[in-house]
Amino acid sequence: MRQRLFNTVCFLILLVLAAVFIFPVFVVVINSLKLKFSITNAPFVLPNAETFSGVENYVTGIEKTGFLSALGWSLFITVLSVAVIIIFTSMTAWYIIRVKNTFTSLLYYAFVFSMIVPFQMVMFTMSKIANVLRFDNPLGLIFIYLGFGAGLSVFMFSGFIKTVPKTIEEAATIDGCNTLQVFWLVVFPVLKPTAITVAILNTMWIWNDYLLPYLVIGQDYKTVPIAVQYLKGGYGSVDMGAMMAMLVLSIIPVVVFYFLCQKYIIKGVASGAVKG
Amino acid sequence: MKLNPYRKYFPIFVLPCLVAFLIAFIIPFIMGIFLSFTEFRTVSDAQFVGIENYIKAFADGSGFLESLWFTVKFAVISVITINVIAFFLALILTKSVPGTKLFRTIFFMPNLIGGIVLGYIWQVIINGVLLNFNYSITSNPTFGFWGLVILMNWQMIGYMMIIYIAGIQNISGDILEAAKVDGAGSLITLTKIIIPSVMPSITICLFLTITNSFKLFDQNLALTAGAPANRTQMVALNIYETFYSRNGYEGVGQAKAVMFFIIVAVIALAQLYFTRRKEVES
Repeated sequence: MRQRLFNTVCFLILLVLAAVFIFPVFVVVINSLKLKFSITNAPFVLPNAETFSGVENYVTGIEKTGFLSALGWSLFITVLSVAVIIIFTSMTAWYIIRVKNTFTSLLYYAFVFSMIVPFQMVMFTMSKIANVLRFDNPLGLIFIYLGFGAGLSVFMFSGFIKTVPKTIEEAATIDGCNTLQVFWLVVFPVLKPTAITVAILNTMWIWNDYLLPYLVIGQDYKTVPIAVQYLKGGYGSVDMGAMMAMLVLSIIPVVVFYFLCQKYIIKGVASGAVKG
Repeated sequence: MKLNPYRKYFPIFVLPCLVAFLIAFIIPFIMGIFLSFTEFRTVSDAQFVGIENYIKAFADGSGFLESLWFTVKFAVISVITINVIAFFLALILTKSVPGTKLFRTIFFMPNLIGGIVLGYIWQVIINGVLLNFNYSITSNPTFGFWGLVILMNWQMIGYMMIIYIAGIQNISGDILEAAKVDGAGSLITLTKIIIPSVMPSITICLFLTITNSFKLFDQNLALTAGAPANRTQMVALNIYETFYSRNGYEGVGQAKAVMFFIIVAVIALAQLYFTRRKEVES
């Protein structure tokens, strides 16, 4: 009896909290369908016949920010960066663990060290170097992301590789595989759960990253966060209608990604933390 | 002993990652330390000035110390609220309450939304509430402060909750059963068994919330951008403004960045040291 009462109380608390968690997104969605004045004057009121604006906010927002191309660049940069990070950091981590010497352990500690350094420490010099080397374009940015993502990714891969027995690799070598084949055909399939975790954590970071792409390539190839921030512009007032519409449009891909990969995301976050 | 046969694969396995790491991190980091002792506009014109930048950082009227204090207050309150709420949510969600999976899904969702978008979402909500009193978020720094705390809680609680849930589920049922048989109440079970057993989760959650609170930038930029009069400016934004909004202060910005790095590193390592020690004891 007491147990049931306790469960009911817990359930009610959770229900209220869940409403609190969903409410902000709900407010943005209803406001994206309203005329500008009604957003700033009465943000918590549902649109009615007088204030309903249809898709007008979406149309002006997309035009002003170039949102569709921003979506394209965000996808391009995120997908390729994550792929590049997975391919190269897994190989590096394996090499570090299998070839143990002073150099590789120094390298390992440098990767771990990079994880606690705030971005502000390197942002100015890094964007200058990127500029000089002509990395101020989407492909250059992907290379920069490999460098920045390497810390966490190498760390997580090496944590797992330590537990992989060498015997399967030796067996494959005796069967005539060269080292690249050993890694990609024998070792990498075993690393798959870690690779998924690394991919999820990097996707969440790169998709939402604002400052790094802004400093490296600026406004030429806007990503989604840069397009949203662009609406605020230099001076004067913000078009709140367009802003609401762009917020909704930037949340949609995230929600789709979340529902498609929920199982992996939750697992990835939990296991990523255990190894940290 | 013969040479490790893998070593000749260095150029394929390590070099691409190493070059990217050098260009994106190691070289900028070393250059950053060097430049913090110089005056420069374009990097190549750097003139050595000793510790002048470090003195200027506090005396240039940009409110560096104030932004640091603001960040510390923000971090302390956020770290406590996020971890307490996330831990209790995890406790409830590991009990036999209906719909746990759905609740977990909902609580985690805000974490996937980027900082810029989060900032603008909460700006609308907070301005909407303050509108009833004829205020806006920028009329008083207190509003901006609590706005950031609420935003941070909304974003991070779900993430920490997932980590705590994983920790709680790792506790073996035998121990909990034994405690029950011995007549331990809920409070004793919580303080003597559950909390000591999830110490590794607490370590990582504290680490993540502390470092993320200190490094907060996007949310700060979108929610208030420091308004009113830079009084809701956090350290990361203060450094950014020093670099990009004030000509001739690049060296000062870099000196601030070095100090910021040292502060974050010392706090993070101290926290890891203290909580890891607790893990060993339990």
